[in-house]
Amino acid sequence: MLATRVFRLVGNRALSTSICLRGGHGVAKVEDYTLPAYFDRRESPLPDIKFVEQLSPEQKSLKEKEKGTWAVLSKEEKIALYRISFKESFAEMNKGTGEWKSVVAGIFFFIGFTGLVVLWQRKYVYGDVPHTFDPEYKQKEVQRMLDMRINPVEGFSAKWDYENNAWKK
Amino acid sequence: MLSSDCLWSFSSTASVAARSYSHGKQETDEEFDARWVTYFSKPDIDAWELRKGMNTLIGYDLVPEPKILEAALRACRRLNDLASAIRILEAVKDKSGPHKEIYPYVLQELQPTLNELGIPTPEELGIDKA
Repeated sequence: MLATRVFRLVGNRALSTSICLRGGHGVAKVEDYTLPAYFDRRESPLPDIKFVEQLSPEQKSLKEKEKGTWAVLSKEEKIALYRISFKESFAEMNKGTGEWKSVVAGIFFFIGFTGLVVLWQRKYVYGDVPHTFDPEYKQKEVQRMLDMRINPVEGFSAKWDYENNAWKK
Repeated sequence: MLSSDCLWSFSSTASVAARSYSHGKQETDEEFDARWVTYFSKPDIDAWELRKGMNTLIGYDLVPEPKILEAALRACRRLNDLASAIRILEAVKDKSGPHKEIYPYVLQELQPTLNELGIPTPEELGIDKA
């Protein structure tokens, strides 16, 4: 009864690989992942199994025709034979997904959203800036710095023209 | 001590030794090619051996010589496997990478065989476009 369950589960292709009788105990259940798998890879052009396992009657007759001269096969038949054995052609398996566009769009979206959050914060969360930011205060600050001769050689006060009381041109 | 600068041969389709020993004789390109032609020319080659051979060959850092590919295509014919023959051509084009001149050269060299066996190129079937 275990054997019939295995037969139903795995189908025709696995029969030759799956049955392992162990000293009178019966048949070990075959896990899907232990069977050869199909995959399209550039570095391994001929996978272990054909892509289509159960052939329809037309496909079976096409396979019979394949045993003869290939020159008599039509273009569609040749393509059909290719698609029986392989899922995607090299061109199809190598093409890009365009996923990067979604990624960049997502990046811009979240940056934009963050910008909105920052604006909201400025309005509703942060209190006023200190009085030291007022323009009048700032003016007095600059005057004090000039009076103190801050960086008189190459920096701040060096740019002030003390004779004409203006910034140097 | 044999130098390993022969491993980087981008400009030609010549095959090079697959292993780099510091001792022992280095296999020449001709010996490598001959070995692989012999492998695929086995009259009773089976499907597993074809797959194993092709997958191994594609794993090397080279584009196989047309004469190796011809032997492989003929092996496909003996195994009545047209799909694999087309796949081999696709793999050669893919293996050439940025060197776009290799694939047309290989097709040119293989044209008599392709005509004789009736093997279409992926371009003829239109499967070279995604």
